[in-house]
Amino acid sequence: MSRRLLVVGLGLVFAASYATAQVGADKRRSGYQDMGEALQKMQDDDTANPGMLFVQLGGQLWSKQTGVADKSCADCHGAAAASMKGVATRYPAIPQGGDRPVDLEGRINLCRTEHQRADRLPPENRELLALTAYVAHQSRDMPIAPPYDHRLDAFRQQGAEIYRRRQGQLNLSCAICHDDNAGKKLAGVVIPEAHPTGYPIYRLEWQALGSLKRRLRNCLAGIRAEAWPLDASEYVAVELFLMDRAKGLKLETPAIRP
Amino acid sequence: MSNILVNAPKTARRGDVIEIKALILHPMETGFRPGPNGRILPRNIIERFTATWNGTEIFAMDMSPAIAANPFVSFFARANDSGTVVLRWTGDEGFAAEHRVDIAVE
Ligand code: HEC
Ligand code: HEC
Repeated sequence: MSRRLLVVGLGLVFAASYATAQVGADKRRSGYQDMGEALQKMQDDDTANPGMLFVQLGGQLWSKQTGVADKSCADCHGAAAASMKGVATRYPAIPQGGDRPVDLEGRINLCRTEHQRADRLPPENRELLALTAYVAHQSRDMPIAPPYDHRLDAFRQQGAEIYRRRQGQLNLSCAICHDDNAGKKLAGVVIPEAHPTGYPIYRLEWQALGSLKRRLRNCLAGIRAEAWPLDASEYVAVELFLMDRAKGLKLETPAIRP
Repeated sequence: MSNILVNAPKTARRGDVIEIKALILHPMETGFRPGPNGRILPRNIIERFTATWNGTEIFAMDMSPAIAANPFVSFFARANDSGTVVLRWTGDEGFAAEHRVDIAVE
């Protein structure tokens, strides 16, 4: 079979399975549903969810002047409740004038360098996580809605390939755990379906807020694979794929995870 | 600047037992963990949490390195008089944070 035929064939299989998935009830589960009741209550209570401390911090940073431009996010964007509502549901996206997708952290860093004329904040930096949590929190309970931008297709495809490729000393793919064995237990932990619904999350094991990138690095370490460098484009590609796969599920930021 | 979230009722009936819940951003660094350079990170914890109601202490606790980061405290108090509850956290490296809640007792 020629390669083109194979691609068309796979496309049909995919379209068919997608159609069946749409007809039947949506069986996708957010990691929230795999948690115990106590952790669900912790997530739902805004004064018990430690992620809300970072949202509060992000709100303070939102109106703090920074950089050579001495501008705050609020100076340009006004009240986040209006200007940032729904934004997190459609990231990663390609910024104006750009040609590659950035995640929400990357978008915020663009505003820092281009608009505030301040330094880029490094990955997992507390201020960056707090700002991201604050922005994403404005979309809580809104369905994930990836943008219809065909320039994203190739990147999303790259993410899908990574997701299905076996890697690491344990020679496992993301799909083996998160599609084939989701809902089963791994060392006492329920394997979730890996929907990026709650990022940045407050993970109890970390005792801190952390990004999707950090979560993915944990999974890569778990299968004894070498994690990509912190600025690698692979993370954004995988996130594009995961967000598409989780399309329609509600954002929970800041989610609690064990 | 500290980050604190408190959940307490704004009003209570005289004699009611009310619950006060408080969460604070703090690393609670144990003093036992090595840092990225292999050296032990200095201990940085909250040592004491107190609550007063119109100046009278109604709850106090000592915290230890075994308590997780961003500690959550919940306690009960009897509402006798309208007034101000002052929550106070103090600890290593001169850490001091305070939060006030006004509760009207009818
Ligand atoms: C000087 C004005 C200015 C400042 C300051 C600024 N931004 Fe922006 N921001 C913009 C503009 C303009 C855009 C639209 C995209 C572009 O042209 O870069 C944007 C886009 C964004 C977006 C994407 C919105 C979307 O709909 O996709 C986010 C998120 C964002 N900014 C967050 C922030 C945060 C967080 C800060 C503070 C750390 C900040 N911005 C500071 C001007 C600013
Ligand atoms: C060996 C099985 C395994 C493999 C392979 C694996 N993961 Fe995971 N993953 C887990 C488990 C288990 C958890 C939940 C951990 C916990 O709750 O402590 C998890 C959590 C996640 C989450 C968090 C979901 C949430 O609710 O926040 C995402 C996203 C994720 N994985 C993506 C991936 C991706 C992408 C890959 C491939 C690069 C991958 N995982 C490979 C087992 C695996």
